[in-house]
Order: sequence, then C-alpha cells, then structure tokens
Amino acid sequence: MQTFAPQIVAFCCRHCAYSAADLAGGARLSYPPSIKIVEMPCTGRANVLEILHALEKGADGVAVAGCLPGTCHYIKGNTLAKHRVDHVMELLKSIGLEQQRARMINISAAMGAQFANEVTNFFETIKALGPSPLSGATSNTRIGS
Amino acid sequence: MIVAEQKPLNEIKAMLKGFNKVLAVGCGTCVTVCFAGGKQEVGILSASLRMSTDLDGEAVSIDEAMVQRQCEAEYNAPLEANLEQYDAILSLGCGVGVQSLAQQFPGKRILPALNTKFMGYPAEHGVWEERCQGCGNCVLHITGGICPVSRCPKSLFNGPCGGSQSGICEVDEETECAWHNICENQLRLGLFEEMMEVQPAKDWSSARDGGHRKIVREDVRIPDVEKA
Repeated sequence: MQTFAPQIVAFCCRHCAYSAADLAGGARLSYPPSIKIVEMPCTGRANVLEILHALEKGADGVAVAGCLPGTCHYIKGNTLAKHRVDHVMELLKSIGLEQQRARMINISAAMGAQFANEVTNFFETIKALGPSPLSGATSNTRIGS
Repeated sequence: MIVAEQKPLNEIKAMLKGFNKVLAVGCGTCVTVCFAGGKQEVGILSASLRMSTDLDGEAVSIDEAMVQRQCEAEYNAPLEANLEQYDAILSLGCGVGVQSLAQQFPGKRILPALNTKFMGYPAEHGVWEERCQGCGNCVLHITGGICPVSRCPKSLFNGPCGGSQSGICEVDEETECAWHNICENQLRLGLFEEMMEVQPAKDWSSARDGGHRKIVREDVRIPDVEKA
C-alpha cells in the first residue's frame, strides 16, 4: 500500500525562503520531496487566486514563505501576503476545506535548517489531515505529472 | 463609483442549486475598482464555487468571462454567441449590470453575486465610504463640498442635530458629523455667513421618493430616420 505523501506547493520569496531552501539543499538537509517550490520575486506577488487554484487543482496544502516581519525587501510584501493567506483561510472555511491547508511561513535567507523544519512541520500537519478531498486520489503524482 | 460587495458564498451556492453549467461574468468598471466583481474576483468566486459544490457532491461547472461595462448592451453582446451552453449567468456586476444582462438575454436566468451598496469614495485601500445618494438636486455648492444627504444619517439641511458631539455623530462613534465638517469647511472658505440662510424643506420628489427616474436627452439621442 502506498503511503500518503502530501503534495504541497510552496510560494517562496527569492530574497529569503527560496534562498533558505537553497541553503538547506546545499547543507544536505532533507525535507519532503513532494514540496514543490515556486520562486516569487516577493510574497507580495502571491495572490488569493493562485493559492486557490493550487488547491483546486489538487494540492493538499499551500504554503507562502516570505521574509521575517519587518525585513521585506519591498517593505511590506510579506505583510500583504499574510493578510492574503488569512483571507484564503477564511475562504477555505466557507468552501468546506480545512483551514490548515494554507499556511504563512516567515523565514530569512540564512535560516536553511529552519526552512527544512518549517516545511516538514507543514508536511506533517497536512499528512495528519489526510489527502485533500479535491485531489480525487492519494496518488503522489498529481501535481506536475 | 458604485460600490458593491460579494454575497456570502452559501447564498450564492443556494442560488446555483439545480444548475449544472454556469457562466460567471465580471465587470471591468466600478466593481473592478472596488474589488468586488473584477477579473480577480470572478476567478476567486468561481474557484470557490467549483471547489465547494464539488465537496458537496453536486459539482457545478463554472466558466469565467469579463466584460468592460456590464451596464451597457454593446459590451455584453459578445457573450451571446456562447450562452446556449449555460443554464444560468452569475453576474458579478452591480444591480445595473445584472438588470442589463436580464434585459438583453431574456431567456436566461441571471443571478446576482453581489450586493450593490452605494456610490462611494475609496477613503483608503480597502475602505469605501458613501458619498452620494443620487437625490437629484445637488447642494454641494452651499455645504462646503460635503453632502448632508448621504453623510448625515438624518439628511439634515440646517446644521447639526443635538447628537453631534465634538465632531462625532451620535449614530456611530467612528463617523464624523457631516454638519460639523460642513461648518469647518465653510469657515475655512470664508463662507460661514452664507449658512445663516435657512434652507427650505428639501423636495424629495427628485430623489427615489418621486418614483422610478429617467433622463431623456434629445440633444444626444440618435434620431430614428425612418420615423422622421
């Protein structure tokens, strides 16, 4: 029997979380390979529709990973992203999906180990929730297949 | 601009009950600017409805479309070619947009996804305040550029009521007293004396109270050559 490996999309800011993921990789720190990273110029670019589309198309969870509070390269992109993720969580409630399937993560470019920990923690949360009822199957090959 | 906000998702879902294929149509004018019925909001609402109805086991197929100005027939005309395949149209336009679609496509069910609220001003990003009720007889030239009809809960015409306290309205402590601000503005403009003139009771027949309103401008009407 195949184990359930949640398919997670992580929208990562190039100035922090994306670099932290790179650092984690360079340091040979492992985190679940079913976490698909999408590089963004800033998490302020992440919008509600993109997050919803990822979930609609079968992602089990979506993370938006931006800079630590107060350190956004564009001043407040990460704060805007937090508001949008909060809004998505409200939408998920009215849609009938678990709110925990969306999460905001704040991290700096130097925090490779913390990045691996944060996304692994999110992975475990989603794993405990089970597959998204919208995914249609528990296959590991839904996204990008 | 006309300011609207989306109805709760459950209300919209209830309207869609029994339909299999629906076209969600946004509007590129006022409701785009107030983030209620633009392209982004059409996408978010459509995705939410697809997901939610799917989870309920009664999946509704929802396609998305945008028109630049839903309140004018010529902008809606291109929708007609593909309408046959849809059981209903979910309009993310204001009340005028919804009615335009209903008038233009009489054989189709047109459902409103928004509640149209007021003609308003974007006080800050994400905050809109009512500024005009379309009363049909503008008095802003004698009220310091502040509308007592829409901004005073009592629509008073001769100064503040006793509920005005330190510039705040008694109705809501976050609402400034319109008449306090009118006085301040008139003082600043050196026009305070003009306010001593008592304004007569307003004739509300030019407002909604006069019934359904209509404007006919012969100078801009296109003449019917055949009848002429």
